[in-house]
Amino acid sequence: MATNQPYRNKIETMSAQVVDSNPYSRLMALKKMGIVNNYEEIRNYTVMIIGLGGIGSVVAEMLTRCGIGKLILIDYDTVEIANMNRLFFRPEQAGKTKTAAAKETLELINPDVEFETYNYNITTMDNFEHFKERIEKGGLQKDTSVSLVLGCVDNFEARTAINQACLELSKCWMESGVSENAISGHIQFIKPGETACFQCVPPLIVASGIDERTLKREGVCAASLPTTMGIVAGMLTQNTLKHLLGFGEVSSLLGYNALLDYFPKDTIRPNPECTNQYCIKLQLSYKEYLKNNPTPVTPTPIVEQIKPSTENEWGIELVEDENIDINKLNENILNNNNKPSGDSSFEFSYDKKPTVQINNENTVKVDTNTNLNDLMNQLKNLK
Amino acid sequence: MDNQTKQTVSQIPLLTTKAGPRDGDKWIERMKEEYTSLIKYVEINKKSDNDWFNIESNQMGTRWQGKCWYIYNFKKYEFDFEFDMPITYPETAPEIAIPELENKTEKMYRGGKICLTVHFKPLWARNVPHFGIAHALALGLAPWLAAEVPHLVENNMIKDK
Repeated sequence: MATNQPYRNKIETMSAQVVDSNPYSRLMALKKMGIVNNYEEIRNYTVMIIGLGGIGSVVAEMLTRCGIGKLILIDYDTVEIANMNRLFFRPEQAGKTKTAAAKETLELINPDVEFETYNYNITTMDNFEHFKERIEKGGLQKDTSVSLVLGCVDNFEARTAINQACLELSKCWMESGVSENAISGHIQFIKPGETACFQCVPPLIVASGIDERTLKREGVCAASLPTTMGIVAGMLTQNTLKHLLGFGEVSSLLGYNALLDYFPKDTIRPNPECTNQYCIKLQLSYKEYLKNNPTPVTPTPIVEQIKPSTENEWGIELVEDENIDINKLNENILNNNNKPSGDSSFEFSYDKKPTVQINNENTVKVDTNTNLNDLMNQLKNLK
Repeated sequence: MDNQTKQTVSQIPLLTTKAGPRDGDKWIERMKEEYTSLIKYVEINKKSDNDWFNIESNQMGTRWQGKCWYIYNFKKYEFDFEFDMPITYPETAPEIAIPELENKTEKMYRGGKICLTVHFKPLWARNVPHFGIAHALALGLAPWLAAEVPHLVENNMIKDK
């Protein structure tokens, strides 16, 4: 039986000393190898994770083991035995809230990490403003904003709520998801105004190569695999580390197709006709910013470019990758909000074209003198 | 969707005010539209002898609840349903829940939220902000009951009232 006594005291500074008892030696080795110059800076960062399912809980564990400064964990669900096909939670935690169960495990793994947890639904009026306030003020230093928000939720409503909060606060976030049939997933880095927000285009899904009509949906809501979720969690955490510590190239949109073992990459530009007014405003200020700063600042790669060997001892040839036509995809988004072209690796989950046309006859007429209470009573009395 | 449903749905007035529960006065306007549209829908149902639900909300329109019923093999099955109005409404549809049926059917998410993703949600998304609660009931809850109640009865999971 585990006790809640941590196995060690807090460590003041991360050390690169290679001894069996140093939990950070292999991470600090990244510095010695020249991959990450500033690894210990990870302790200054706060990451908020919304959703502790098959992706979020694993991301939380990875970041905890990496020595992140602080994690804010949000979920309204409890651990169930039906979750045992995924990673992280254990059968004896069934019945506990996911936030409490996660905190309990993670604190034991790394006592240096600070945790803040909320067991609530972010999409309701009761919680949304508080959720937004924690993004704005939940950072390690008092009243500073969190460093990054990670969306690990499984539904459209919660994704839209995260998008709303991050647009209102102009906060970068990463969205993630796995398809309902468990065979594909994606991560998307959303920089308000600079890349497409979650509402700019219909939700993106990785082309599965399966004819939708052959998909059996009888009697099931969603399937899940620990593999697909673990891979997407790894992709999301990797992108987070790269973004926070400034190494390598941070992906804008990265997909995973499990059946073909294919990882398409893309960038989706914002939609000037996005339905979210905050997004439109931020798009304009980003354009303004670009005018004043013609060359976008890109962090200089830390890794020295190693010249590839020109000898080809093994006779290996590179096959030209299937070209992802970003322009075509964006063109489609901008022109008619229709599905991206057939050869793209990402698809929209549905068509944006309305099925109803409003006119004077089919829209609701509310008498200006009617008050809401009258209407409420009228409906009640119809019973 | 069968022709009768199509016919009924086409008679439910469409909404025009795009406002959610955080939008103050505009939300009150939207609420008035919601109630007007619901009244019309209930009237249509009563007229065609197809009354199948009642519904009410709190003063702020943030929480809704009601009863819905379904006749199968001449027996009436009745359930309480509820939903919180998400702050992202009407961009996202309300998530209707029937808590008493949780764990009795697979077509349900935790908390008894009925599973509507495949057909209903895309339809809703395409027509924002013109669909309202009446549409969510007609296009979401009604077909769900029609598919699930017979299944639940056959499996002895529910009793008639």
